[in-house]
Amino acid sequence: MTRHYSALSLFKEGVAGQTGWEKAWRSPEPKPRYDAIIIGGGGHGLATAYYLAKNHGVTNVALLEKGWIGGGNTGRNTTVVRSNYFYPESAAIYGLAHSLYKTLSKDLNYNVMFSARGILTLAHSEAGMETAARSVNAIQVNGIDCELFSVEDVRRVVPIYNFSPDARYPVYGGTWQPSGGTARHDAVAWGYARAASRLGVDIIQNCEITDFIIENGRCRGVVTSRGAIRAERTGMAVAGHSSVLAAKAGFRLPVNSYALQACVSEPVKPILDTVVISPDTGVYVSQSDKGELVIGGALDRIPSYGQRGNLPVLEGVIAGMLDMYPIFGQLKMMRQWAGIVDVVPDSSPIIGESPLPGLFLNCGWGTGGFKAIPAGGTLLAHLLATGTHHDISRPFDLDRFARGRLIDEAAGSGIAH
Amino acid sequence: MQLFPCPFCGPREESEFHYGGEAGNLRPDGGDVTAERWAGYLHMRHNSKGPTREIWMHLTCGEFFAMTRDSVNHKVSGSSVLGETEHGA
Repeated sequence: MTRHYSALSLFKEGVAGQTGWEKAWRSPEPKPRYDAIIIGGGGHGLATAYYLAKNHGVTNVALLEKGWIGGGNTGRNTTVVRSNYFYPESAAIYGLAHSLYKTLSKDLNYNVMFSARGILTLAHSEAGMETAARSVNAIQVNGIDCELFSVEDVRRVVPIYNFSPDARYPVYGGTWQPSGGTARHDAVAWGYARAASRLGVDIIQNCEITDFIIENGRCRGVVTSRGAIRAERTGMAVAGHSSVLAAKAGFRLPVNSYALQACVSEPVKPILDTVVISPDTGVYVSQSDKGELVIGGALDRIPSYGQRGNLPVLEGVIAGMLDMYPIFGQLKMMRQWAGIVDVVPDSSPIIGESPLPGLFLNCGWGTGGFKAIPAGGTLLAHLLATGTHHDISRPFDLDRFARGRLIDEAAGSGIAH
Repeated sequence: MQLFPCPFCGPREESEFHYGGEAGNLRPDGGDVTAERWAGYLHMRHNSKGPTREIWMHLTCGEFFAMTRDSVNHKVSGSSVLGETEHGA
């Protein structure tokens, strides 16, 4: 059986008619007891499983997924990876994720197609430029690469923008993170799943959590559609459904669930070799390796668990994009979709022990979960293995809402959520 | 475009409305409210999946009202003028 991916294994399997590849991950029957349970088979859950095994040697782990691996938000995002955040706590967490993304393909022996093509956040007014300058200063102080772009710099990087004098959203400049970019989202999920499975993690799909096993005030496992599974430590990384599970465990979270939409155009020849974000139009766009333009926008206006989005926001996104790039006026849209994101009041994640001892949280990433997958996995794995916070996750504990120590990234992160 | 029923103006396009939070989230009263209770009022939510009772504002007429809506399929089963319990203090 061929397990390792390399040029040599590709050649050998090519000669052998592709018959010797082993399955990317095992699908074992669930055991009644594990050292740790992870709820959620998206990017964060799979990364948690991998880092639990790799960093902490905890391999007797069950990863439980209601549907299929990567079928939720991991397959519903716009694949952007960046770390240009305002506050030091955020720079630490997204910087950790970004640094792990850079070497993830080699680490997992799976090509996640990370592409550091640069990310440009536009400023559309003089006031916007002053805010951009302040952001660049803060990001540089945080140790993240970032530059202030003039309008000439923007013209060099995005020549297709609408630079006409009567443009509705004129460009004054922007901020530029050269090391930001994109990664192939499905590959991130599949790569982590394959690597975790090979280290011994049991990935169990079509396994829905129906209840928690609570004894003497502690979480001792879960009741699932495939039977009871016990463990002394359970972690959950279920994004938009965190409140649903929290209700089963008997507590509330500072989370509102919203749909976040995106769409892709038909594939066209290479025309945009970076990621461009406009906070004013609420639109961001990049071009996939297949040639599709990947277009994202603001949160839906209505709290929702319906994974499809609503029309007014999509209309706003398309209108904004056409104001910025009139050249896209004849493009046909191929697909539109939405994922359910967990929005918290300060737009920063929640990582830490829940009000139910033994149950640990990784949620609240809002619109930015994909870029944070390696960090979310590293930090939840640390919590599950040691029972205590990693230095980077401590500021993101749930207790910050009662203590008033919020990390308010709503404006600092350069997006609206 | 979905239509929402304003109890004062009748059915209007969803873009005329602003979400105002879960119904029944009452503001704590008195001087000796704990930090946990304040955090509960300010931040913690049920965020229910399925039928929910919510406060909405019709931006055009400026009135707040309560609406019963399913958060999965977005079906609205009714709206009503705010009563004492949803108003809070």
